[in-house]
Amino acid sequence: MAATVGRICGAGLLKSANGASVTQISSFSTSREWTRGRKALMGTLGMLAGGTGALLFALDRSVKASDLELHPPKNPWSHDGILSSLDHAGIRRGYEVYKQVCAACHSMRFIAYRNLIGVSHTEAEAKAEAEEIMVTDGPDELGNMFKRPGKLSDYFPSPYPNEEAARAANNGAYPPDLSYIVDARHGGEDYIFALLTGYCDPPAGAVIREGQYFNPYFPGGAISMAQALYNEAMEYTDGTPATASQLAKDVSTFLKWTSEPDFDDRKRMFIKAVGIFSILIALTYYLKRHKWSSIKTRKIEFKPRN
Amino acid sequence: MALSSTIYNTIFKRTSTFALACGISAFFFERTLDLGSETVFEKVNQGKLWNDMKDKL
Ligand code: HEC
Repeated sequence: MAATVGRICGAGLLKSANGASVTQISSFSTSREWTRGRKALMGTLGMLAGGTGALLFALDRSVKASDLELHPPKNPWSHDGILSSLDHAGIRRGYEVYKQVCAACHSMRFIAYRNLIGVSHTEAEAKAEAEEIMVTDGPDELGNMFKRPGKLSDYFPSPYPNEEAARAANNGAYPPDLSYIVDARHGGEDYIFALLTGYCDPPAGAVIREGQYFNPYFPGGAISMAQALYNEAMEYTDGTPATASQLAKDVSTFLKWTSEPDFDDRKRMFIKAVGIFSILIALTYYLKRHKWSSIKTRKIEFKPRN
Repeated sequence: MALSSTIYNTIFKRTSTFALACGISAFFFERTLDLGSETVFEKVNQGKLWNDMKDKL
């Protein structure tokens, strides 16, 4: 706090004599006509505003420093980098992980089977995936709801009919919808990866209640989701060895895609924007030189009469 | 000079041909830019894209 105020005071902001330009500035100043009282008032107000700002800044710093939270380490994702796309083979494997492991507890209400086409599955495969689920549709002519196999336009099924049922089945904790989870958590995909692979024994003093597990990356440490991914917890159709970290990496990539389906398009747009703006900048520069050339090369001659 | 004056006289002099030239060149310009940026994107991300993996399924 004192350091923050000192930094601001030390910057010479509050000093009246600030180099040679002060005399020039003061001729533009309107404060010279102020009365002594008004000057004092304005000075006090300024000090108060600055002080409040510095106080808020200092408080914010100190809160961050006292956080008892383990921040996830940054991983070198293959989609990091300004031109890099997502790894689509990883998205496909991640979908398998979601379907076989996470979908038992987590819904994904905003992703439909048609979204998979051209990203991780062909149209025929996506249709086959959709047909595996049963969807309640209707009403028919008699007013009854009926079950039918899923279609491409159907969204992913939810494991529980509503939030209360989900809480009741999970010890009172609600497994959040995973559609946009990467954008909904600090740390994004790094956090998801760290959370899924970070389970360990609770340290002495940590309070873990019945049905809770210790995970240092989860704020507070006590999470109601058991460790879901183990080595060989499932098998990949493409034969990739299913280690726990491979499963976590792939499902994180998949969740990154569901949260940002426009990811690859954004990279494409960026390349295009760089291309078109470099042309436009060159053009603008040329045009500026062109328009100013007559002014820059102009000579003004002064001829006295006699 | 002959070429540029021919171009000027046939295309840029009249507003009608000038506007037409703008439209046509915009079409080709955009196609080229699209193809170019797509090529860059596919080159940078070779092996990670859907087009690269769908044949291996
Ligand atoms: C046994 C049921 C179950 C399974 C399987 C499961 N989860 Fe969870 N998950 C939960 C519950 C319950 C919570 C809520 C935890 C809490 O709030 O304490 C949760 C919370 C989460 C959270 C949110 C954590 C936070 O910061 O709020 C993420 C992300 C998550 N799960 C991802 C996954 C992924 C990815 C998988 C698949 C690999 C998965 N879960 C499998 C039950 C499950």
